[in-house]
Amino acid sequence: MPMKRKSNLSATLALLPTWLVAVVVFIGTMAWSIRLSFTNSTIFPSSTYVGLAQYAKLFASAKWLASLHNVLIFGILYVGGCLFLGFLLAAALDRKIRFESALRTIFLYPYAMSFVVTGLIWQWMLNPTLGIQASVRALGWESFVLDWVVNRDMAIYALVLAGVWQGAGLVMVIALAGMRGIEAEQWKAARIDGIPVWRIYVSIILPQLGPALAAAGMLLAMGVIKTYDIVVAMTNGGPGSATEVPAKFIMDNLFGRQNLGLATAGATVLVLGVIMAVAPFRYAMYVRSKAKGAS
Amino acid sequence: MKTMMKLLLAGVALAGFSIQAHAEDKPTIEILSSWTSGGEAAALNVIKTEFEKRGGVWKDSSIAGFGAADAAFQNRVVAGDPPGAKQGVIGLAAADFVSQGLFNPIDDVAATGKWADVLPKSIQDLISYDGKAYLVPTGAHGESWVFYSKDAFAKAGITEEPKTWDAFFADLDKLKAAGIVPVAWGGQPWQQSKVFNMVLLSQVGIDGFQKIYVEKDKSEASVAGVKKTLEILAKLHTYIDDGAAGRNWNDATAMLITAKAGVQFMGDWAKGEFTVAGKEPGKDYGCMIVPESPGMVYIADSFYFPKTGKAETDKAQKLLAEVVMDPAVQVEFSLKKGSVPARSDVDKTKLDVCAQKGLELMSAGSIVPDQAIVLTPQQVGQLDDFVDEYWSGGTYDAAAAAENFFAIFE
Repeated sequence: MPMKRKSNLSATLALLPTWLVAVVVFIGTMAWSIRLSFTNSTIFPSSTYVGLAQYAKLFASAKWLASLHNVLIFGILYVGGCLFLGFLLAAALDRKIRFESALRTIFLYPYAMSFVVTGLIWQWMLNPTLGIQASVRALGWESFVLDWVVNRDMAIYALVLAGVWQGAGLVMVIALAGMRGIEAEQWKAARIDGIPVWRIYVSIILPQLGPALAAAGMLLAMGVIKTYDIVVAMTNGGPGSATEVPAKFIMDNLFGRQNLGLATAGATVLVLGVIMAVAPFRYAMYVRSKAKGAS
Repeated sequence: MKTMMKLLLAGVALAGFSIQAHAEDKPTIEILSSWTSGGEAAALNVIKTEFEKRGGVWKDSSIAGFGAADAAFQNRVVAGDPPGAKQGVIGLAAADFVSQGLFNPIDDVAATGKWADVLPKSIQDLISYDGKAYLVPTGAHGESWVFYSKDAFAKAGITEEPKTWDAFFADLDKLKAAGIVPVAWGGQPWQQSKVFNMVLLSQVGIDGFQKIYVEKDKSEASVAGVKKTLEILAKLHTYIDDGAAGRNWNDATAMLITAKAGVQFMGDWAKGEFTVAGKEPGKDYGCMIVPESPGMVYIADSFYFPKTGKAETDKAQKLLAEVVMDPAVQVEFSLKKGSVPARSDVDKTKLDVCAQKGLELMSAGSIVPDQAIVLTPQQVGQLDDFVDEYWSGGTYDAAAAAENFFAIFE
């Protein structure tokens, strides 16, 4: 018994720095931001409390509402698109084709690039006077139009396109690893039963990839919340507020507009949003693990 | 042994002292600026060369993009590691830093240099807070300029500068007919706000402009002026090319340099780009004030000096202030940057035709301040939002939008 207490003490001591960092750096800064969101801080933190005024201002701002709307569209299509395309790519590579490793590298390559580079490349390609539209017109098709980045209604989908191009490779690698872990016996059995290949993928392989795809989806979803660099590089939130996102709204107010109060209010709303989205999921996992432990 | 030790210690102390003395000999300064385009960098280099000639050590920290440089600066101030000098616009943006006691005043340099006698009163007022000088002005920029490519104008058969908006739009039609992009539009919100302001000045006049921005006046005349401005903007929108959204100002200027486009609305810093490309004002390109405008919108650049707590930096700050205000440097800098010297006692003969036009308007008092001078950064951002929303909105209901405009000041 005394032995056990001793080891507990040393473990606690060893973990103390980690705990300090967690409390001071993570929770401390978060609390600090939340505190600021209730003050009238402009360029420097102030300690004049104004209650919920910053939140009222935030939700009266058309730009902030537009940014929430945009990040929702972008998030759903980006995560969905990446999962779908990534799975297709993985299934294609899984057919034991030639040059598999070369293709794998090519498909994963975009993910190794920074979002800024991705954004710039796609901005150039979709820019009507420089990119694809100009090239096709130069070939003779004069009425060809591909102006997504500068078109108010399409700009957000241009972002999705670039995002999926970049993120699908990650899903592909994860899904491929999962597929390789599936026993060959299952394939043989399915073949003997005469099930078509696509059906094997949809009904047998896909369900087994659930955890792997969920992990990939989680990674992508976290990227959605902090989407910033791709927007800045590709459209800078424009045209108008067609591609404004919360992270950019917060950054703009934090620095360019010298409005700490409003920016931290936005950040707080974002954190609350994430907690509200993640909490039911975590709770379900907790309940499930408990149920498993009991049985 | 003991004496050896003492000697050694003395030696170490001496060495340490001499190193320190050496470092303090040379005024060292780190300059954080957003001047990275060709003309801007060349202008900054004028100051750097003279500063180094006078024995200073110059460390360049240039960051492309005004907002990015400001963010970096703000971060470093909060972190307690500010650079020795920061380039920024004269006006309300520096006020918060000064009131928090974060900047060094340069009053003594201003007094010995008799700045009060050589600077126009409006600029003298803007660099001082509570009667002390904090900023050193590098030069003033006129922002109401329409630059045009002489090649493009010749191709379209335009022989003289249009004096009215009607004539201006007629000329744009000619450019379009000649297969030239009529307006090289810089599609970033800050650029669009500048066009809004120069058009507004042409519609409401100097007094009307001051009333709107300084007194936040919302009378019928002001609303009507904003409405007419928005109508002109909507009309301009039909003369831009597809790739305008998000375009940098210097990319737009490049369209004029290569005669792909006819005109560009921009501040006179665009001249710097022409100069770097080897183009001459009055010969290869022309500059005129916006049609029907009684004067011009101006903005002035400056350096300010954060407190760093280092003696060699304090020394360097004073040296830099002297260098920037040197009459020869002011002229040379303005030539490269495309601005007008902040001092009024400089040799005007060296300035180009455009700068001379600008200096005339300035000395006649036909100038109004840019929004960055009279509005808070928050309001400037809201103005950007307002103009950008209207410009890219596609509906162009000027009357409804004009009402929204005044919400910026609430």
